[in-house]
Amino acid sequence: MEWRFKEGIPIYQQIISELKLRLLNGTYPPGSRIPAVRELALEAGVNPNTMQRALLELERDDLLASVRTSGRFATEDEEKLSKLRRTLSESCIEEMTGRLRTLGLTDKEIMDAVNRYLTRGAGEAES
Amino acid sequence: MDTLLEARGLKKSYGNVAALKGIDLRLMSGRIVGLLGPNGSGKTTLIKIACRLLQPTEGQILIDGEAPGPVSKSKIAYLPDKDFLPDWMKTRQLLQFYEDFYADFDRNRALEMLSSLEIPENMTLRKMSKGTKEKMQLILTMSRRARIYLLDEPIAGVDPAARDYILRTIIGNYEENALVMISTHLIADVESVLDEAVFLKKGEIVLHKPTDQIREETGKSVDEYFREVFKC
Repeated sequence: MEWRFKEGIPIYQQIISELKLRLLNGTYPPGSRIPAVRELALEAGVNPNTMQRALLELERDDLLASVRTSGRFATEDEEKLSKLRRTLSESCIEEMTGRLRTLGLTDKEIMDAVNRYLTRGAGEAES
Repeated sequence: MDTLLEARGLKKSYGNVAALKGIDLRLMSGRIVGLLGPNGSGKTTLIKIACRLLQPTEGQILIDGEAPGPVSKSKIAYLPDKDFLPDWMKTRQLLQFYEDFYADFDRNRALEMLSSLEIPENMTLRKMSKGTKEKMQLILTMSRRARIYLLDEPIAGVDPAARDYILRTIIGNYEENALVMISTHLIADVESVLDEAVFLKKGEIVLHKPTDQIREETGKSVDEYFREVFKC
């Protein structure tokens, strides 16, 4: 997978976001081994020091655990993972709500629009 | 972390043209540093002084604590900004050439990198495309287990796919505690691999900071910020 970086945001922060996503979307399932720093750095096309910095931050948040000599592993702590899932989804909702409000939608209209979208989406999936 | 390259009040003039106007710089081991500036800002002059291909007019430069000389040359893997190898040599001869000259040359590493390029062993440098030739020169340079890699314009003049290959070759092969300095004016292409950026403007350092700090403080990419600083 190709990593893309946005302008004006520190790269290590963007790496952290991408790795968090990977912990949730099944790329790195709970308890699985994370590729080595240099391997990940090569994949992302970034400096190994930057990758290391991002990994250390995830370790500090206990989302990754370093086991001496055998590498780094994704957390198996369900509570941590569901908390992460909640945080990330809240920021998605925050962003969406913010945009819809600038379009002039009231909160009630936003709720209705989301409901309509979900119902239609479910209908399409069934057919 | 050790200081691997240190310049103090470094000046260089060509006749009455001042190429470097008093450079103070300290670069540490384990870092990838971008030496960034437009054409004529003094990038190549600085690198050549570090390699002892030029003598400074004033001031000094220290490589791993010593003035440039035979010892420093054995520690620096230098990639010049133009073709520098005899063009009648075949791949095989080039490997031998490097092995003869540099004790730290790792032939296996070179072969590994070359295998992905599919260059026949008996092809002469002259017959290689510009992109392949640049890759060949970079591979020879990065196959040294050096303390310092000084890469002068390693990605200029090649297509984006070759640039990508070259940058990946650099981050995949430098020695962990080495210093890598990449000079270029193609900032957008290199900024994700840099730890630090040094902006060189008309022979003076106008900025030296970690790249993520630049992004954080300015809310811009290093490339955008560079364009602002060097706006004509």
